[in-house]
Amino acid sequence: MKKDKLIAVLLAATALTTLSVQPVLAQAQEDSQKQIERYRELLADGNPAELVEARGETLWKQKRGPKNASLEACDLGLGAGKVAGVNAVLPRYFPDVDRVMDLESRIIYCEITLQGFTMDELTKRPHSLNPSERQTDHEALTVYVVGQSRGAKVNLSQSHPKERESYLRGEKMFFFKGGPYDFACATCHGVDGQRIRLQDLPNFQKADNAQRAFTTWPAYRVSQGAVRTMQWRLLDCFRQQRMPEMVFLSPASIDLITYMGVKGKDGIMDAPAIKR
Amino acid sequence: MEKLRRLTIKAGSSFAVIAAAISAGVLPASAFAEWNKAAFDAKNMNDVLKAMGGGAAEKSGDIAITAPDIAENGAVVPIAVASKLANTQSIAILVEKNPSSLAAQFDIPPGTEPNVGTRVKMGQSSNVHAVVKAGGKYYVATKEIKVTLGGCGG
Amino acid sequence: MADPMRIRAQLKGDVTEVRVLMAHVMETGQRKDSAGNVVPAFHIQEVTATWNGKSVLTAQFGPAVSQNPVMNFSFKGGAKGDKVVVSWTDTKGDKRTDEAVIS
Ligand code: HEC
Repeated sequence: MKKDKLIAVLLAATALTTLSVQPVLAQAQEDSQKQIERYRELLADGNPAELVEARGETLWKQKRGPKNASLEACDLGLGAGKVAGVNAVLPRYFPDVDRVMDLESRIIYCEITLQGFTMDELTKRPHSLNPSERQTDHEALTVYVVGQSRGAKVNLSQSHPKERESYLRGEKMFFFKGGPYDFACATCHGVDGQRIRLQDLPNFQKADNAQRAFTTWPAYRVSQGAVRTMQWRLLDCFRQQRMPEMVFLSPASIDLITYMGVKGKDGIMDAPAIKR
Repeated sequence: MEKLRRLTIKAGSSFAVIAAAISAGVLPASAFAEWNKAAFDAKNMNDVLKAMGGGAAEKSGDIAITAPDIAENGAVVPIAVASKLANTQSIAILVEKNPSSLAAQFDIPPGTEPNVGTRVKMGQSSNVHAVVKAGGKYYVATKEIKVTLGGCGG
Repeated sequence: MADPMRIRAQLKGDVTEVRVLMAHVMETGQRKDSAGNVVPAFHIQEVTATWNGKSVLTAQFGPAVSQNPVMNFSFKGGAKGDKVVVSWTDTKGDKRTDEAVIS
């Protein structure tokens, strides 16, 4: 696993400079890319994420925690109790906490305020670690809520100053170079046709790329046999970038999601998706 | 997306419940036929066929395999098999280069379409065989599938 | 106990198309854990599907069926409102039965 990661990073470093200038390889890659597209299409119907979604729905409606309450009264940004469509407007500003929150932060906020759980217990181990492990409650809840936004058009509010600031900080971070390779998110995600192994890397400067990336997370990762959330996605890209570990639910993570969400405006939510 | 209606029967692992279900006609007794260990342990198609009680399989153009030419991830390779052979009784999916060849076998009772699909693991690029039993005889169709990332282990 | 299955049963013309998603790790018996020990095989072995009490499919799975198995099949004769019941048994003898209404 670790070695694999290292190879991915090293490949990244070389792929960026060499692969794109070899036309023969490019043609072969185009053909295989078509085949991969077909593979993905064949997988689309029958996404195991639905199993996690179903569990998340049960959890959402179940009375849990010290306060023995369900999450049904949770305000995710479209009013208390409203779940449909929320992922298309998050992250957004919440007056009750006077800051911008992404979906995962808000769900945890509701588990704390409505159900009486503590931040520590909820954030100690938000992601399941290996395929033989059951998905965490956090993953199940997130996937359930996101699934209720299928078909909704992405439209993050940018009217509150804190929403605007979050976007601008996210943009700055996206282009900030750091780590041993001096990579920014934009190094891998700001160029057209960038690819590592067979993975197309979305270029967030292009609306359709940004839309696809934003609207398909969380996703069932075939390679991991598990659903992964957007917070996990960022955590993993921080690792790819060899940056210090991203803190779960940190302001940096929320700002980056805000940035990607604004860039993905008008995309149609289609998560949880299924990815390699 | 359409809303899936789902009810859950409390099955647990209590034999009594299952036995009651069988006697009440909810589940056919044949539902619990022995898992064919010998077939699933077999290392090649001939041995799988032997373990199923068959002889050699004849190549057939009446069996269609729907699967990608390239699978991005060998852990999940979608494979569907459709048979046009009269009296199709069962369909088996074999991956030649897996440690054991047989991945899955489906019994097709009358009234059920001779057309099934599932997803299998492939450790490496390999031929995939669809073995169909029809009218008591065995037939086979083969397709090569390339895998860019092996599906065993990690 | 295992998580519920997701079963979709849809009438298309005179054929009922069924898609089943099962929650199961489908351990191959080939994988080693982080301590280097082989993780024993653990997988669904048998799946049965009935419609109005009549068998419409039985399947045997080996460890090479993917994690969280998906199964598609279709049969003739179903009507909207009929029930399709699916059960599986794994190598530890655990069982799971769920049902769906044909829509
Ligand atoms: C070293 C290159 C690299 C850097 C730097 C990088 N990523 Fe990624 N990113 C990837 C790869 C590779 C994938 C696709 C992974 C896969 O498919 O397995 C990816 C995928 C993504 C996706 C999901 C796209 C999709 O369509 O599924 C998002 C969102 C993302 N990255 C955001 C970021 C952000 C934000 C940053 C900066 C914090 C960043 N990435 C930095 C390599 C990188």
